[in-house]
Amino acid sequence: MPVAAIGEYEFAPRDHAGLYGDNQIVYFCWEGHLLFAAPFITFVPRDVTLGQYLNDTIRPLLGPDPDAVALNWATAQWSNGPAPFTPDFDATITDNGIGHKDKIIMRTPGLCTLMPDS
Amino acid sequence: MDMQAKSPKLGIKERYALLTRDLGWEPSYQPKERIFPYTRYEGIKIHDWDKWEDPFRLTMDAYWKYQAEKERKFYAIVDAHAQNNGHLNISDARYLTALKLFLQAISPGEYAAHKGFARIGREFEGVGTQVACQMQSIDEIRHAQTQIHAISNYNKYYDGFHAFAQQRDRMWYNTVPRSFFDDAMTGGPFEFITAIGFAFEYVLTNLLFVPFMSGAAYNGDMATVTFGFSAQSDEARHMTLGLECIKFMLEQDPDNLPIVQKWLDKWFWRGLRILTLVGAMMDYMLPKRVMSWKEAWQIYGVENGGALFRDLARYGIRVPKGWEIATESADHVSHQLMLGLYQWSFGTAFHAWIPTDEDMEWLSAKYPDTFDRYYRPRWDHIRKMEAAGTPYANVGLAQLCNVCQLPAVFTEPGDPTRHCHREHEYKGEKYHFCSDGCRDIFLDEPEKYVQSWLPMPQLFAAPNFGDVGKWMDWVGLVPGQDNGDYQNSRDKASFEAWKRQASAS
Repeated sequence: MPVAAIGEYEFAPRDHAGLYGDNQIVYFCWEGHLLFAAPFITFVPRDVTLGQYLNDTIRPLLGPDPDAVALNWATAQWSNGPAPFTPDFDATITDNGIGHKDKIIMRTPGLCTLMPDS
Repeated sequence: MDMQAKSPKLGIKERYALLTRDLGWEPSYQPKERIFPYTRYEGIKIHDWDKWEDPFRLTMDAYWKYQAEKERKFYAIVDAHAQNNGHLNISDARYLTALKLFLQAISPGEYAAHKGFARIGREFEGVGTQVACQMQSIDEIRHAQTQIHAISNYNKYYDGFHAFAQQRDRMWYNTVPRSFFDDAMTGGPFEFITAIGFAFEYVLTNLLFVPFMSGAAYNGDMATVTFGFSAQSDEARHMTLGLECIKFMLEQDPDNLPIVQKWLDKWFWRGLRILTLVGAMMDYMLPKRVMSWKEAWQIYGVENGGALFRDLARYGIRVPKGWEIATESADHVSHQLMLGLYQWSFGTAFHAWIPTDEDMEWLSAKYPDTFDRYYRPRWDHIRKMEAAGTPYANVGLAQLCNVCQLPAVFTEPGDPTRHCHREHEYKGEKYHFCSDGCRDIFLDEPEKYVQSWLPMPQLFAAPNFGDVGKWMDWVGLVPGQDNGDYQNSRDKASFEAWKRQASAS
């Protein structure tokens, strides 16, 4: 539905890629690890590899979780929003198909110390 | 000598007619559509503005008299509170966190409501409506002022009260209520009064004011109780205005029903999301608790709200979308948000703390199905980290919902072990939401919500470029004083020292 308005109603989005220079916003969630109260927002250069991004930006954030030591990127399951993808850790974030404001969701079945067994 | 006959006093009905309805006139120089250009574009059809009923029949002269009297009493009590160190009568300095959250997040809303009602008082066509909106506008600015006076009293002694205006504009959790009011004010007059007058003032206000004011009373904050009482008689009038407006729209034309229902769905959900802050306050921030968020939702939401919507069913109105989800989530949301407020307390102008054993016992008793199973393990882990000398701070920043602007702390309906992920692409840009409720609001008016000013993405854009120190300065947060864990806070140390002094002398 269009907005009910008294005139033309069209405005630029407030968080479009142009505002962030060579960087982009990437959201990251470790599914089921709710010690982290919400998914993370991160700010990252587009040309880093996915492996660099995970090791340099994400790993330090996940440290407080009791399962962080047992975490292995290679065996985790990945999706970009609802769409599963196979990561190439040596390729850039962009080449992994991760665009501005995309959300990476990582699942590690079996690793869930702080959650009740279902 | 002739006796001058005294003119008889006017009855209430006559006074009301002369001092309210009689103030209007039929314009002859300009068509009504040009004088009142905003009452048609939302699609609401009004055929007879005189059908508007004002159950209070309050006239301006009586209004001024009552309000002045309340004002005198209020300031007498506030002055006495200030002169007698009333701030030392609170139960414990942890209570200040509840007060700070209320004054930082909710008080600016009073001012926003004042502006909104002033505007729609001009925009509506009927005289009865105009006068009622004018009174509410004046009430709201009075509430804003009394609350700002409360800030000024506490600001003399405690941290976190010093940057009210700056934090209103920039502090991340304050954008939650701010975006709510901005959203309402950028709607037309009918949407505004549905949003603020009905959904907020009528359906949800008891969930805000009753727990908060009882919380203040239980915890010895008489200054706040006084502004609560002073505002309460106004609230009754506001609720009536909101309900009257809904009935008026529904009675004027059957075409209004789907529009009103859509607004109820939207504003119920937006209001409920704001109240998550109140839930966290009730369950975690009051040293002496009143009732749990879940109990409050049961009484004021399920029972009172349910009765209201049964009453409105004769107009074709149904309970707002998301009502069942609200009931299910009442078992979870306060815990989910408080875990967030604790781990992000480096970025809040109030203190947070790990619940004590006694706190956890209470939470466990009030939330027998969920606290021990889902939330206690996280607090236990956080406590272990604290004991090991490596206290937990989440150094990452949170994804926010593009509509309610809260951190996306909420879980999938039916599964409290997974975050709820909702996203949507619009004109090449991606948007994220905390729930179906917020996503549906976006889908209905995407052009509006692409403009959301989200504090976390903005922290990474100009002028802060991800620099948290610069950001703190920009939002008016003094690190080491306003933020962080309560146990190491200056507020705690000062309060305890002054209490000792007061009992020694």
